[in-house]
Amino acid sequence: MKKDKYFYMQLLFTLAVCSFLIVPVVMSAVAGVTNNYFVGIKSGFTLRWVEQVWMLYSDTIWLTMKIALATTMINVIVGVPCAYVMASSKSRWVSVFDELLTLPIAIPGMAISLGIISVYGGFSDFRSSWFFILIGHVIFTLPFMVKSVLAVLQSFNFKVLEEGAASLGASFWRRFFDVIIPNCKAGIVAGMLMTLTLSIGEFNLTWMLHTPLTKTLPVGLADSYASMRFEVSSAYTLIFLCLILPLLVLAQMLNNKKVQNN
Amino acid sequence: MKNTRISLFLVLPAIIISFAFFLLPIVQLFKVSVVEGNGISYWNILTQPMYLKSLLSTVGLSTFVTFVSLVIATITGLFLTRYEFWGKQVLIAMLSFPLAFPGVVIGFFVIMLAGRQGLFAQIGLALVGERWMFAYSMAGLFLGYLYFSIPRVVLTVMGAAEKLDQNLIEAGRSLGASRWQIFCDVTVPTLRPGLISSGSICFATSMGAFGTAFTLATNINVLPMTIYTEFTLNANFAMAAALSLILGLVTWVCLGIAKRQGAASVGMGG
Repeated sequence: MKKDKYFYMQLLFTLAVCSFLIVPVVMSAVAGVTNNYFVGIKSGFTLRWVEQVWMLYSDTIWLTMKIALATTMINVIVGVPCAYVMASSKSRWVSVFDELLTLPIAIPGMAISLGIISVYGGFSDFRSSWFFILIGHVIFTLPFMVKSVLAVLQSFNFKVLEEGAASLGASFWRRFFDVIIPNCKAGIVAGMLMTLTLSIGEFNLTWMLHTPLTKTLPVGLADSYASMRFEVSSAYTLIFLCLILPLLVLAQMLNNKKVQNN
Repeated sequence: MKNTRISLFLVLPAIIISFAFFLLPIVQLFKVSVVEGNGISYWNILTQPMYLKSLLSTVGLSTFVTFVSLVIATITGLFLTRYEFWGKQVLIAMLSFPLAFPGVVIGFFVIMLAGRQGLFAQIGLALVGERWMFAYSMAGLFLGYLYFSIPRVVLTVMGAAEKLDQNLIEAGRSLGASRWQIFCDVTVPTLRPGLISSGSICFATSMGAFGTAFTLATNINVLPMTIYTEFTLNANFAMAAALSLILGLVTWVCLGIAKRQGAASVGMGG
């Protein structure tokens, strides 16, 4: 298309929108390694804020990774078979269950976490352990895992492959592990990345479910925004960005590959 | 039949998790909201100005954010699908990365822009000698909500814009239609499903955005903050339950609309 004045007007507008999204990210990354943000970058760069964050909050980072990995593992073990059944079954209960399973996406974390507290809050050992946060994360991310695998299963006729394997004498489990799983690998990996990203950044549920001893990274972030100096909050945010950016880039790369293959 | 038994076995863990940790809690929440407050909570929401105001201001803010996001996303999305130019992929990546940022972090970004030491404060200081600060006001909240809404809407609009029939546009032009007429009669009808679905997702997300509000809305009563205050400070569990169920109902209906327009499942962030 011809690049007339409308092109440049829209380009300018788009650049403005992009900078609205990116400028604060860059600003907070810079502030996190600046000696004194109130003075500006001329005060020099330092890693001491990052070190301070590490000293104060490293346990939140480990806990976040632990919960994210556990959530991903549960999602794979529970979600993949579930997606397979939903793709192959013709029962009318499947669509009912589908609705129930995806409902946690539609309902704010606030409501889900209050519900979980009202049922299980009384079990104090459970309430104060990290499993309490884990169940919230699983409920919230499982639909994404199932949908991701389901999308792959619905894109090709896996029944034919299964029947082929069955006619060669493969048992159900053999077919499941050697035919179905390898063929949905793309969906499983995409679902895992999604789960990791969502779990690492989850705040709405986690804030209600956490206890002073089970703080995750986003909970710690909220804490530092309220009480720490600007540079520390920024350094903490920087660490968070370093954790999720590789996951985002990876997801984008997988997505591009998929588009190319099609 | 053996197959049904294996199917049941495979899907059972998911069923147990869904029932025990989602369905049961929501049912319990409903019970609490009705039984503990003798059902008076729902009545109070409608009659006590504090709750009604919180509900209305949240709806107002979300509607406004949705509208502005749709306008911005239509301009940007159409631009990015219509033209090919150097660096386009970078812009698209910039527009999609913020999808994964949690609400608290977005709140902090707003402080970065409009807080005491923020960008606007510096600009204001340089231009007119006073700091422009609005991070902790409705305007700051608006900026934060806009931040997480734009990526969601832009990506959907881009998907919808790819279906635009260039022949129709050319035909319109050769018949003497102005840019504006082509936009209203060709572009908008094509984009409509995408706009409706991403608009309702955006509205639902804004209604339920707790993280951004938690960082910024120390003095503003938006619904998620009201629920939080009822629960923690006032220990009014019945009211918190009733409000969060109403909020859930609203967002559920919105996402139902989005799904009917063929939206892929998009997570609730904010």
